[in-house]
Amino acid sequence: MGWEFILSPVSILGLLEWVAATPWSVALHESLYMWPLVESTHVLSLALLVGTAIMLDLRLLGVAMKRAPVSELTGRLLPWTRLGFVVMLATGLLLFYATPVRNYQNIFFRLKMVLLVVAGINVWLFHSRIHRSVGEWDLAMPPPRAARVAAVVSLVAWAIVVVSGRFIAYNWFDCDIQPQSAFVNWAAGCVVPE
Amino acid sequence: MMLPLFEWFEASALGDAVRTSLWLFPVLEAIHLLGLCLLGGAVLLLDLRMLGLGLTSQRIATLAREARPWLVAGIGVMLLTGIPLFLSEAIKCYYNQSFWVKILTLPVALAFTFTVRQRMATDERLDTSMRSRALALISLGLWLTVAAAGRWIGFS
Repeated sequence: MGWEFILSPVSILGLLEWVAATPWSVALHESLYMWPLVESTHVLSLALLVGTAIMLDLRLLGVAMKRAPVSELTGRLLPWTRLGFVVMLATGLLLFYATPVRNYQNIFFRLKMVLLVVAGINVWLFHSRIHRSVGEWDLAMPPPRAARVAAVVSLVAWAIVVVSGRFIAYNWFDCDIQPQSAFVNWAAGCVVPE
Repeated sequence: MMLPLFEWFEASALGDAVRTSLWLFPVLEAIHLLGLCLLGGAVLLLDLRMLGLGLTSQRIATLAREARPWLVAGIGVMLLTGIPLFLSEAIKCYYNQSFWVKILTLPVALAFTFTVRQRMATDERLDTSMRSRALALISLGLWLTVAAAGRWIGFS
């Protein structure tokens, strides 16, 4: 048996169906207060994660806090962005755990995951390449082109993450609502009987 | 007593348009969240600084001036999207406790932000102190209440 079995959508689906049936997943999914509390924490942490990221991006674009060195923002503001990310990740994993199959087969959830990867690569490229030489352009106006490009990618990626994240709640393209277009069924990984 | 007013809100053309559209409510809601990010970032930038955290090498007054246009923009986006969202389900809101918490805290938060906080934070003499910390904590408390109650409208 090859890797395609392990990576096949059906086997991931089978695993997640098992996860969905675990008692804690059911309990969280059906809880009166826990799920709303986790979800609210996830939403309010947007201010911390995306809010502080926006402020850094605006600085990198050269449109806000022009006289504050970029290194001060990355040194003093990014810890709060990271804290926001940790809270987002913890609450996000819990939300996924509560309804794993529905999230896995949700087109907006998948779009959100793709954009999270894009945002992650952007963060990695910014820190491993652009930010290395921040000492040379800490107060340069306008900031270097590469920094501005990273800021635009960040703003667009996070905006799509936020919007698609909100849209997960809507069932327009859910697999159990058929017929859907072939594209939707493919993109959401729906298992449609012939 | 206020119910007829809320019925009138619900019957408004804007409310009706949002309610009958399949995608208008979700789209406005998503933009409302993007506004939250901008507003949250602008509020946190100054409040963290006033707590003695965040950008401590910048003067409080400088950051207050820098954050202000983004704060105004964030509030603008939230109001422009929040009002049609409210109009589309005004009667539901009328019977919703979280809505009343939000709608009564919001003017307090706005008034505090644009009078007391704005005036005190743009004073060049203000540095990290009991006074600045108190300002930040009140601001964070008010906005957190507005945001949390806002999210809870959908749960209750």
